[in-house]
Amino acid sequence: MSKPYALELKGITKVFGSIVANKDVDMSVKRGEILAILGENGSGKTTLMNMVSGIYFPDEGKIFVDGKEVVIRSPKDAFDYKIGMIHQHFKLVDVFTATENIVLGINDGEKFNIKEAQKKVKEITDRYGFQIDLNKKIYEMSVSEKQTVEIIKVLYRGADILILDEPTAVLTPQETQKLFVVLRNMRADNKTVVIITHKLHEVLAISDRVSIMRKGKYIDTVITAEATEQSLTEAMVGEKVSLNIERKEPENLQERLVIKDLSVTAHDGKQLLKDVCFTAYGGEILGIAGISGSGQKELLESVAGLQRADKGASIIYFDPEGNEVQLVGKTPKAIRNLGIALSFVPEDRLGMGLVGNMDIIDNMMLRSYKKGKTEFLDRKQPRALAEEIIESLEVVTPSATTPVRRLSGGNVQKVLVGREISLNPRVLMVAYPVRGLDINSSYMIYNLISKQKDQGVSIIFVGEDLDVLIELCDRIMVINSGEITGIVDGKSAKKEELGLLMTKSTHEIEGDEEVAEDAK
Amino acid sequence: MFSSSVIITFLQRAVIQGIPLLYGSTGEILTEKSGNLNLGIPGIMYMGGIGGVIGAFLYENSLASKADANAFLAICIPLFSTILFSFLAGLLYCFLTVTLRANQNVTGLALTTFGVGFGNFFGASLVKLTKAEVPSVALTTTSAFFTKKLPFAANLGWFGKIFLSYGFLAYAAIVIAIVVAIFLTKTRGGLHLRAVGENPATADAAGINVNRSKYLATCIGSVIAGLGGLYYVMDYANGVWSNEGFGDRGWLAIALVIFAVWRPNFAIPGSIVFGGLYIIYLFIPGVSLRSQELFKMLPYVVTIIVLIMVSIRKKKENQPPASLGLSYFREDR
Amino acid sequence: MQNEKKVREPLFHIAKRPAIAWHKAWGIRALSILAALIFAGIVAMALTGENPLAIYATMIKGCFSSERRIWMLLQTLVMLLCVSLAVTPAFKMHFWNIGAEGQVLIGGLATAACMIYFGDKLPPWLLIIVMVICSMAAGAIWALIPAIFKAKFNTNETLFTLMMNYVGIQLVSYFVIVWENPKGSGHVGVINQVSQAGWLPTIGNQKYMLSVIVVLALTVFMYIYLKYSKHGYELTVVGESENTARYIGVNVNKVIIRTMLLSGAICGIAGLLLVGGTDHTISTTTAGGRGFTAIMVSWLAKFNPLYMIATSFLLAFFERGASEISTIFHLDQAFSDIISGIILFFIIGSEFFINYQIKFTKPAKEVK
Repeated sequence: MSKPYALELKGITKVFGSIVANKDVDMSVKRGEILAILGENGSGKTTLMNMVSGIYFPDEGKIFVDGKEVVIRSPKDAFDYKIGMIHQHFKLVDVFTATENIVLGINDGEKFNIKEAQKKVKEITDRYGFQIDLNKKIYEMSVSEKQTVEIIKVLYRGADILILDEPTAVLTPQETQKLFVVLRNMRADNKTVVIITHKLHEVLAISDRVSIMRKGKYIDTVITAEATEQSLTEAMVGEKVSLNIERKEPENLQERLVIKDLSVTAHDGKQLLKDVCFTAYGGEILGIAGISGSGQKELLESVAGLQRADKGASIIYFDPEGNEVQLVGKTPKAIRNLGIALSFVPEDRLGMGLVGNMDIIDNMMLRSYKKGKTEFLDRKQPRALAEEIIESLEVVTPSATTPVRRLSGGNVQKVLVGREISLNPRVLMVAYPVRGLDINSSYMIYNLISKQKDQGVSIIFVGEDLDVLIELCDRIMVINSGEITGIVDGKSAKKEELGLLMTKSTHEIEGDEEVAEDAK
Repeated sequence: MFSSSVIITFLQRAVIQGIPLLYGSTGEILTEKSGNLNLGIPGIMYMGGIGGVIGAFLYENSLASKADANAFLAICIPLFSTILFSFLAGLLYCFLTVTLRANQNVTGLALTTFGVGFGNFFGASLVKLTKAEVPSVALTTTSAFFTKKLPFAANLGWFGKIFLSYGFLAYAAIVIAIVVAIFLTKTRGGLHLRAVGENPATADAAGINVNRSKYLATCIGSVIAGLGGLYYVMDYANGVWSNEGFGDRGWLAIALVIFAVWRPNFAIPGSIVFGGLYIIYLFIPGVSLRSQELFKMLPYVVTIIVLIMVSIRKKKENQPPASLGLSYFREDR
Repeated sequence: MQNEKKVREPLFHIAKRPAIAWHKAWGIRALSILAALIFAGIVAMALTGENPLAIYATMIKGCFSSERRIWMLLQTLVMLLCVSLAVTPAFKMHFWNIGAEGQVLIGGLATAACMIYFGDKLPPWLLIIVMVICSMAAGAIWALIPAIFKAKFNTNETLFTLMMNYVGIQLVSYFVIVWENPKGSGHVGVINQVSQAGWLPTIGNQKYMLSVIVVLALTVFMYIYLKYSKHGYELTVVGESENTARYIGVNVNKVIIRTMLLSGAICGIAGLLLVGGTDHTISTTTAGGRGFTAIMVSWLAKFNPLYMIATSFLLAFFERGASEISTIFHLDQAFSDIISGIILFFIIGSEFFINYQIKFTKPAKEVK
């Protein structure tokens, strides 16, 4: 080992409150190398890299750049060590041009001359093969162009070590290919590239080595050429952990929701859901597994009437009398009145479901305040409901009149899920209901959901933790880039199988199926 | 219909009316580009005005004889006190809204209440000191230095009247507006400042000191606006301060910011248009006294129309700075 | 190596407070008012040369020393409170209506127009009904215009309502000249001085009693409206998050327009009370800056109508008290604006200490 690593981490630990985000993580990457960091959502990849780029400061551990120990306290410190990170959320000024954004904040002591700066930027774009109009304003740009600006911004500041956080999440396959060309050019230019991802085929396509993380811990680093999708998946999902969640056999299953040919196309033409077909039964929990951003949100929102489905979609709901009701084209309110509840826990927790500055009682009324003929609100029932939820779900709060904003994340989630269940829905859709919760609260939510199932409610559960999905759900449907890649039985499901369905590119899976059919 | 001399006089008067507005709006544009909506500008202009009056008053009273007045001191002392007063007002606004993150609308309005009261109070106090019979202070000696025109302007006919017949502060207003326009569009500092007003989180991430930018832009903006008050008293009003004399020109300056779609170079012709609209009733024959009041409504109506058009057309470049009116707080974790 | 690693931590940093007990919050506000009083006392002392206690005594005397003064204070208080109540629903919806000044004026203008044109044509009871309707409608229309553009095109309401004030002022200037009495005076003079047509009734022989009663009723109404009505609930949700509002099926545009109509109509009532009840005349200063002060009153009271009684009392007290000081010590009336400004700066600044806390960095543990 004559040449030191470009970047080396030793024993990095970071704790947020009671949650250990990173525990004793080691990692290293050389010059002229592309390292992929692979892991499921919440495995601590981004937190780790945020410590390298100066967003967080590690609680324990050391960082070395070119063999020398360094202290990185701010993004500026990181830049001094020529480390630049491209985050998932772009930090760009909308009304500025690409060049203006690229040179923003740089004070090199020379006379400010946007034309000269542009020439320098042009050199970079030519060297690495970026395709971009530098005079275009950000607000006119596509997501991929914005990402390009972010990358050039980092290079313009002279970064030698580039960290990209899920760069392909927002790109089309063609744009991904272009990005990979650029990254390979950088490698050839002796730069160091770290790419955070959970897409196996991309890891195999672009990286030289792969470091795998699971639940905040470093697992292993392997040479990409020696790895297969199978071996990486196994390392990523790990051994199955038994959770002992009670699961009763579903009884007298009845069709509740029949979804056919559901596609959703975004404004920019990106296909968010593609020909989704499935049936959900009353008295069963249907789990939805998938890398986050694969179309889970769009799927639930389409059912709830919040997302416009493309033409030709059909979502049939069977009411208690057995009549078929077409949900496509109905308003969110009408769908809700049919007994279809959506409890979506968005990233910021206080998203559309709750109003942070209102107290628990008023949040209980959010969906029901219009009840009654008078112009006045009836707080009696919401108050009783709030108190019931506080007691039965053990919500930690000074009182029912405390603004929801002041509760901790877990308690906010209990309030939200509790309210949705209180409406006695016939279909209950929950997304990430235990995100950020401790073990006990999580089990409380699982029990709540199981109870609903016993009462004959049809439950659609979007989750992240495969162990939970396998133990809680009767069936697990896997969604991958907006397409359903498989529906497996909960009792016989294997983590590796789910992991593969979640991460393999859909086209490869189609190919596999063809091969399988040919074999027959 | 109009003789050329009427048109020339009209233009000249429009410019004179427009200059205080130009100062106010140039200052406010610079301020708003940093994301601060300073509704204290009317108060700051009052404070700038009374600052000049106090400076001039002290200077004139220190003279044994009016003939001893020296051009340099007569200009510099009022100028200095104007700058000082308006700078302090801007500093107070910044301390409350940037450091203490108070609501900008409320702070601005409180500053206007304070500033107008401050101006009127000290104005009235000076009137009392002079024991004058009319409720105003006249500082004609000092004012004479401010209103001094180019000696040959009078010999140049219409050209001299339209272009060369103003005191130096009028030209300074135009120069300052141009300088601010160039600063905002052509310099690194301007780019950084605009980034702060558009997206402070991005500016912060790029290593720009957001609070420092806001303080600098707002305090310098306040000083520029304060100069509008000085021009009004010393040049427009020939050194005569009377309470409420400045009127609602401060609000008109804020209107001009919108009319100029946040561009100081547009504010230069804009201020002349506003000045013209403000006095046009004097030049239209047969306008009754009552209709004059309706004519005075014109600048505001025109501003409202511009505001609506801008919002309908939704052209990104013509919108107010995206974070205008919002405090910036970097969440620490 | 060890030296290099020493982390330069700032001495303190600022963090958002998660929650603050109500008594602490009001304690901070009380302290800020006390500090403001002391500072204002020092300013007054510097200008008058009196000792501060004498100055405070003068202020209290100016407000409470006679029945007439108490009524004057009450009138100042309730009119300010009335306009504050008007702007509150809009603010709670996060619609920055700073056009109350114009809305009050237009309400007053409509009242004056009714008094002048119908004074001798309608029976007194009908005239007053017409005045009530016209003033409320006029104020509402003035508020409606920016609201429509906000709802349809998201036009900046702060700047729009601000401009509408001056259109309103000029409109009043126009009518002041139309209605001049005597001609050439530039004033409208007392309207219907002889017939007293359209003068709102005095209750219990007290000129200001009617305003007090009406505004108290409005306070109760607004408190209930915001806290217990479905409308109040909807506008709160719209203010907190338009997306959530749409999600639960609220028609956001309708709520914006409805709320601004209410806001404007109450401003109209303020105009009615001022012109029909107490002034019996109109000028461009009829609203007297209350439209702007009201914004601060409402904001300081956290948009709670009951707290607004306290905040408007505070500002009314300083206005009357400072005005008494200026009379006694021969200072200009503008003195009260300076004092109000100082008080406001202190209270505005104190909010910081309620919402944020300064955390001092503990010295790092010694590494052994």
